[in-house]
Amino acid sequence: MNMQSLILRTAGHFLLPLLLLFSLFLLFRGHNEPGGGFIAGLVAAAAVVLYLFSMDIASARQVLRVDPRSLLGGGMSLAVLSGVPGVFRGQPFFTAQWWEVTVPGIGMVKLSSVLLFDIGVYLVVVGAVLTIMLTLAEAED
Amino acid sequence: MLYAILSTFLLAALAPWLHQLTGRQSGWVLALLPAALFLYFASFLPAINAGEVVVLVTPWMPGLDIQLSFLVDGLSLLFALLISGIGFFIVSYAGRYLEKSRDLGRFYVLILSFMGSMLGLVLADNLVAMFVFWELTSVTSYLLIGYNHEDLKARKAALQGLIVTVAGGLALLAGIVMLAIAGGSYELSEILNSGDAVREHAFYLPLLILILLGAFTKSAQVPFHFWLPNAMAAPTPVSAYLHSATMVKAGVYLMARLNPSLGGTDVWFTVLALFGAATMFTGVFLAFRSTGIKSVLAYSTVMALGTLTMLIGIGTEAALLAAMAFLLAHSLYKGALFLVAGILDHEAGAKDFLQTGGLRAALPVTSAFAILAALSLGGVLPMFGFVAKELMLESVLGAPGWVPLLALLAIASAILGVAVAAIVGIRPWFGPRVETPKSPHEAPPALVAGPAVLASLGVLFGLGPGLAEGGILAAAARAVNGGVPVDANLSLWHGLNWPLAISLVSLVLGLLLYSRWDRARAVLAWVETAAKYGPERGYDRMMDGIVRVSEWQTRLLQSGYLRYYVMFIILATVAMVGVTARFYGVSVGPLALSDLRFYELTIVAVMVASALFAVLSRSRLGAVAALGSFGFTVALMFVMFSAADVGITQILVETLTVILLVLVLFRLPGFLGLSSRLIKLRDASVALAGGGMITLLLVSTHNAREFDSIARYFIEESVPSGYGRNVVNVILVDFRALDTLGEIFVLALAAVGVYAMIRFRAEDKS
Repeated sequence: MNMQSLILRTAGHFLLPLLLLFSLFLLFRGHNEPGGGFIAGLVAAAAVVLYLFSMDIASARQVLRVDPRSLLGGGMSLAVLSGVPGVFRGQPFFTAQWWEVTVPGIGMVKLSSVLLFDIGVYLVVVGAVLTIMLTLAEAED
Repeated sequence: MLYAILSTFLLAALAPWLHQLTGRQSGWVLALLPAALFLYFASFLPAINAGEVVVLVTPWMPGLDIQLSFLVDGLSLLFALLISGIGFFIVSYAGRYLEKSRDLGRFYVLILSFMGSMLGLVLADNLVAMFVFWELTSVTSYLLIGYNHEDLKARKAALQGLIVTVAGGLALLAGIVMLAIAGGSYELSEILNSGDAVREHAFYLPLLILILLGAFTKSAQVPFHFWLPNAMAAPTPVSAYLHSATMVKAGVYLMARLNPSLGGTDVWFTVLALFGAATMFTGVFLAFRSTGIKSVLAYSTVMALGTLTMLIGIGTEAALLAAMAFLLAHSLYKGALFLVAGILDHEAGAKDFLQTGGLRAALPVTSAFAILAALSLGGVLPMFGFVAKELMLESVLGAPGWVPLLALLAIASAILGVAVAAIVGIRPWFGPRVETPKSPHEAPPALVAGPAVLASLGVLFGLGPGLAEGGILAAAARAVNGGVPVDANLSLWHGLNWPLAISLVSLVLGLLLYSRWDRARAVLAWVETAAKYGPERGYDRMMDGIVRVSEWQTRLLQSGYLRYYVMFIILATVAMVGVTARFYGVSVGPLALSDLRFYELTIVAVMVASALFAVLSRSRLGAVAALGSFGFTVALMFVMFSAADVGITQILVETLTVILLVLVLFRLPGFLGLSSRLIKLRDASVALAGGGMITLLLVSTHNAREFDSIARYFIEESVPSGYGRNVVNVILVDFRALDTLGEIFVLALAAVGVYAMIRFRAEDKS
């Protein structure tokens, strides 16, 4: 899998953090501007896949730190759990909940169960794409 | 009430752990719950006997109008008391009986789950909730019959029981939906008050047939009786509990429960009385010619179930009271006898009556209670079984029709019933000592407690029938009678009348038959061959047929070639859409082609070109690249129609798809043109049909406006209720979050599938 291209390797090193940051940016702005968990997840997955192509599987796994399958499970759990808070308020499952929190130094931040759900989607998309990609890439050796 | 039922499931979940914690005493510890439940249900007794009906409601799915509501009246309370009371003895018994079994923890899980399901079934007021519990009892019964899962016979019997009862359950589901339509409610408490509306409804006959199919399969009525004796492959506590005292009575419960709204018609009487009487006779006849301890008991259970069905069908007030009394009497003596059968197996190794004889000295306590229970089974004075049988005979003689036939079958059954009782009550205990497989010895207290209490209750209620009647039976009969108190009484001494005469005659003839038992069995050997042509053969034929059909269609559809799968999917879709289109008609309205801009045409041209290139290319990489370019033009389309999110997603997915294909391409062999001209032509026509159908669909939907578009709602509500300006995202994560959840679940499943497919193949190779 190692392409042995110096340019790609160097670019991969620098692009990975940038793309990951960009994916987070897409994730958080998604509710008002184009973006959201699905798109952000695809960008993040693409970033890691780029890294995979420029380096090798072992370093891609290392840079991920967690097994992408755990991302799948974690994302699914988060997405399901994000539907629960409404139940405690006597509303149907998945009713959106909003909280306004004042964070010192930043000001007022709107938090919501919807955001949690979107993060869950993000994690599932990253996990799914990377599980497939890494498995296929490893199968070649 | 809800917590009472949930507690059984909770304890079921904890049971394996508690079992490890408490070891040998686990049976007693876990039996505390049914004991507590029994006391809890008993606390309803004063109110119920005072004529109250308690309805407890917990909202469950308010959107669908489904509530978890419970109905406590005499009938459901009688069942609940039986389930929890006998459950206490079963659980404590099983703790000792299955002591050496490796899977005792699992057994507790199943038996407690069953107890919860059965309680839910009899207490549910909502038909849907009742149905769910009904099916749960079938499933737990399946798992319990197949408890010895290494035994092929047990697995086969488990599957047979499941398929017969679940097939009936399916009919029942259709039946209760129709009942809810006819009765105007899903709540039993309301349906029971709209009996006339149901009986006069056009659905009455079909819904009656469907519901009775469910009840008859569950309660092993002829011709579905064959699964019950086979179910004896289960451990004995299970047979005692599910297949005698409780689960098989669920069908009887249902008929009794619905008697106020379905009963009272000629069809009801004819079907129930005739099928019940036939079942009664078939059961006792087959019991008489069996020798296996459990199969004799199982067939006599079939007889009892038939009797109950017949009594509910007769439907006079005396018959309803008789049914309730018979139900209680049967649960007491049959529960005791099954537990005794378990003791015979456990302490003497005997599974067949021919292996037993003269055991009274070795098992003095067990034999005493077994004889008491058998006397009740035979309907001998002064047992409770006698009281129930007298009233049964009396109501048969007072039936609204078919009296000669019903009476004949009832008398014949009474005679054979005495003989069967003698087989159970005399054969193992008296006469010359027969060498048993194990040297027999008295059972420990945990095993004797159940038979002792149940059999003693049979004597107690026999001597004081008013105790049982005032305690619960009158209230139960009133519930079955639609809330009207029944004008009948239980008593030990009815005076000199026909039922008493029949009882005496049957006692003499029955004992005479028993003394000729060995010869009678030889004479009845022909039944063995006849049974091969019975309903069980139909069941086997049906199962073989299902296997053959599925083999055939698997061979046809599951070819293992991707191209055929794709072809079947496309053709099936084309066919289904085509039929629908033909049925409803397709209108292709005027298309405003003049509005097309020049850049739109350019994109379409690129699309067509890349599609053609993908099909005609001789290089695989070229085809992949062409598909990619096709995808990007689609994304461009989205952007032009200002669907930025969809466009971005499309681009990203296209990119990743190309990467994916590149990863896979390495693994594929060289590109060869092996397809003949004919096959290419076939593929082309499938593709054209699929594409043409989609085009037609799109063009026709362009003009179709069957409903108002929901788009306006989403656009208007996005900011005020979703707090987001990106409508697409608000729809995805808020308005239709459940859909998105389903989609990411599919995504996760696909990833796991790919992982498993590739990993496990790699492992196989190495």
